[in-house]
Parts: sequence; structure tokens; C-alpha cells
Amino acid sequence: MITKRIIPCLDVKNGRVVKGVNFEGLNDVSSPVSLAEYYSSNGADELVFYDITASFEERKLFTDILTEVASKIFIPLTVGGGINTLDDFEKVLGCGADKVSVNSGAIKNPALIEQAAKRYGDQCVVLSADIKRVDGVFRVFAKGGRENTGMEAIEWIKRCVGMGAGEVVVNSIDTDGVKKGFDLEMLKAVCDAVKVPVIASGGAGCIDDFTTLFNEVPTVSAGLAASIFHFGEVAIKDLKAELNNKGITVRL
Amino acid sequence: MIAIVDYGVGNLFSLSCSLKAVGADVVVTGDREIIEKADKLILPGVGAFRDAADKLFNSGLADVVLAEVKKGKPLMGICLGMQMLFEKSYEYGEYDGLGLLKGNVVGMDGRIPEELSIPHIGWNALKLKKNSPLFKYINEGDCVYFVHSYFACDCDDSVTATAEYGAEITACVEKNNVFGCQFHPEKSGDVGLKILKAFCELGE
Repeated sequence: MITKRIIPCLDVKNGRVVKGVNFEGLNDVSSPVSLAEYYSSNGADELVFYDITASFEERKLFTDILTEVASKIFIPLTVGGGINTLDDFEKVLGCGADKVSVNSGAIKNPALIEQAAKRYGDQCVVLSADIKRVDGVFRVFAKGGRENTGMEAIEWIKRCVGMGAGEVVVNSIDTDGVKKGFDLEMLKAVCDAVKVPVIASGGAGCIDDFTTLFNEVPTVSAGLAASIFHFGEVAIKDLKAELNNKGITVRL
Repeated sequence: MIAIVDYGVGNLFSLSCSLKAVGADVVVTGDREIIEKADKLILPGVGAFRDAADKLFNSGLADVVLAEVKKGKPLMGICLGMQMLFEKSYEYGEYDGLGLLKGNVVGMDGRIPEELSIPHIGWNALKLKKNSPLFKYINEGDCVYFVHSYFACDCDDSVTATAEYGAEITACVEKNNVFGCQFHPEKSGDVGLKILKAFCELGE
């Protein structure tokens, strides 16, 4: 049986891992390479790296780090952040990424998903959507959650999957950083709408939040989190042992 | 020396690094002479079957690989590279594979329960069906990483392992010196490295 995946997410800036609460107030956590090695040998099922740098020099630093990670760590690597063109896909795939996550780049140019899926395969294209309730409607936000695009989230996700996105990361801005649990309502809505794997992001604060996620939304494929793993509040091994105890299939 | 056959499909960096990690002398190449000199071959592949098959056949590398396999050289196909070992694929049409193994590659859609996601992405447990030298260091139930929407069927004579995903999904195949993994051993952590190590040690 397919196992539920646990995915630590590493936001990288200036060659270091950072994590913001509600996308603001970034804290330096650790070295990406050592953190990635640690996670890989302690039960992480895959790793996500977000490049949150802006300048060309910093991007070079990021791709160097990615190359180093990919040469040492043999679990799936997803890369996101600043992916706007097929060249951006090419660059990170060449450094050893397996999947590329698109967010604002797809909002600016939805055809990017179709072109990338055609060239690299659906499995390579991950749609990452930052979603927030506005007057009771799920809306897609761009630019790291700062800008309301006005688009209805479920329709947007369905459209992107139709164009070839092979996986969807649902990041709830409403629950992100709050540590009171995943956004179950939002995740159910997305899982009911698409057939590709859905990855839950935003809101994990403790082990029970993952148990609740997989019990309440059994079709969700994976849970993604950052700070609770980086700061050692939750050890992935303990998390998986507990999920296994509760009858949720995980890779031990 | 192990040659990863580079016919212009996908990124071979991780595969190459993972083989180095198990101590293999590995080269990524599309050069006929180097492929002929290699002790073992790996046929990688990602993306759509038709594009990959076109590239493999049009580059002339299909003939080189077939000739080497005929001489008894071990070949391992990975993911789409494994699917190409079969006779035909029905991914967006009907296309010929290398025909080294009996069987066809078909879509999961309609063959697995409606509620399961497609592609089949993630870590799934191996059910070992037959003994294989590739399983020397691994155990029943060990998890490996899959990413695919099509799978090999009508291939009972070569299946050595499957994974459960609403149906028995062909995971490993083997016939004489031809081996295949539907999953990505280079992305399957320690278990994947153990499978690659076992392949590297074939004939030693």
C-alpha cells in the first residue's frame, strides 16, 4: 500500500534555511545541506527546497547548494521559488531536482505548466497554491501570500491539473504558522476536486495534527511542515511511529 | 564500468551520484564505443513513452543496447527505461518498445479504484514474488519511491516484485540478463542503494 508522506520544507535564503511565521519575520535556522542529510537519514520521505532569494548571485548560491544536496541525498527533491520560465525548470532539474514547484510563475503565465509538463512530464510539475479565505471564498494569493489574485482556488487548481500539474501543494495562509492544525476544510475541498496527489501544508504544530489530517482527509497524500521539524519540536521518526500506531501507513 | 545510456531524456545526475555512492565506476554516455566497453548498462527514462522511444531508436542507441544485451551484458531499465524493455506501450497511442520482455505498458486509469490518485506517486512496499539477485540486500515490505501513471502488464513470466496500489502494480522484472525497476532506486534511500549495489555486483 502507498504510504503517507512526511515532507520537511526548507526555505533557503543567502545559503541558509529560514522559516517565517505567516510569511514574515524570518529566522535563520540551519545549513541546508546538513539539515537535508539529517532529515534524509531520519525518516523524511522527500524534501522541498524553496529559494526565497531575489538576486542573481544568491540564486547561484542556491543552485550550488542544491547540487551538493542532490549528490549526497537519495530521496526525492522538489524545488520551488522564483520559477517563472522553462529555463528555470532546466536549471534546477540540471542540479538534481526531481520536481519543480510553480506558484506565482504559473499565475503570471499559466501556459508554463503546460509547457513544462510536455517537456519534463506531469510528474515533474508541482503546483503550489497559497490560499486564503476572503469573505468565505477560497482565493489564490500570489507573491508569497501578499497579493490577492482574485481567482477562486478550486477552479485554479483544477485548471492547472488539467494543464499537466502532477501534484498539488495546498498551503493555507489562514493556518500557516499558527500551529493549530492543518486546514482540513480547504484540503477536503481540493482533494475532492482533483485526482492527482495533494500535499497539505500550513498549520502543523504537533504530532496529533498529522494524525488528524490523515484520518479526516484520507485522500491527502502527504503532510508538509517546516519550523516544527527545524526547531526539533517534532521528530519525524516519532511522528511516523505514532502514525503507524494509529493505523496510518507510513514508511518506517 | 557501468554505463548509464544517455539518449537525451531526463536528468541523470542523481542516478549517476547514487551509483557512485555504492562504489560503482559509472559513466553517463551516449557513445557507442563506451557502451560496448561497459560491463553493465542502465537505461534510464522519464517523461512520455513516445518521445523517449523516438529518441532511443532515432539515436541508434536502441540497436547498440539490443546488441549488447544479446551478448549477455546485464541491463537495468529504470522507470520509463523499464517500460521500454517491453513490446508495446499504449501511452497516448500505440508504440513499440525494445521487445526484450513480453508484455505491454498500459495506463492505470480505469484499472485501479477511482479514489486513488494518478500518478502513483510516493513510497510503496515491495512484494517479492520471485528470487532475484537484485533483492540480495533487501526484504519483503521494504519501501521504494514510485512516480508513474502507466505500468507493465501481461508480463507474468518476468515479474519479480509488485506493489499494491488498488491493483498489483509491476515493480521489478527480470529475464536472464535483463532487469527493470518501475520505481526509482536512485530516489529510494537506503533500500534503493542496496538494489543498485546488488546490480553492480552481478557476476562478481
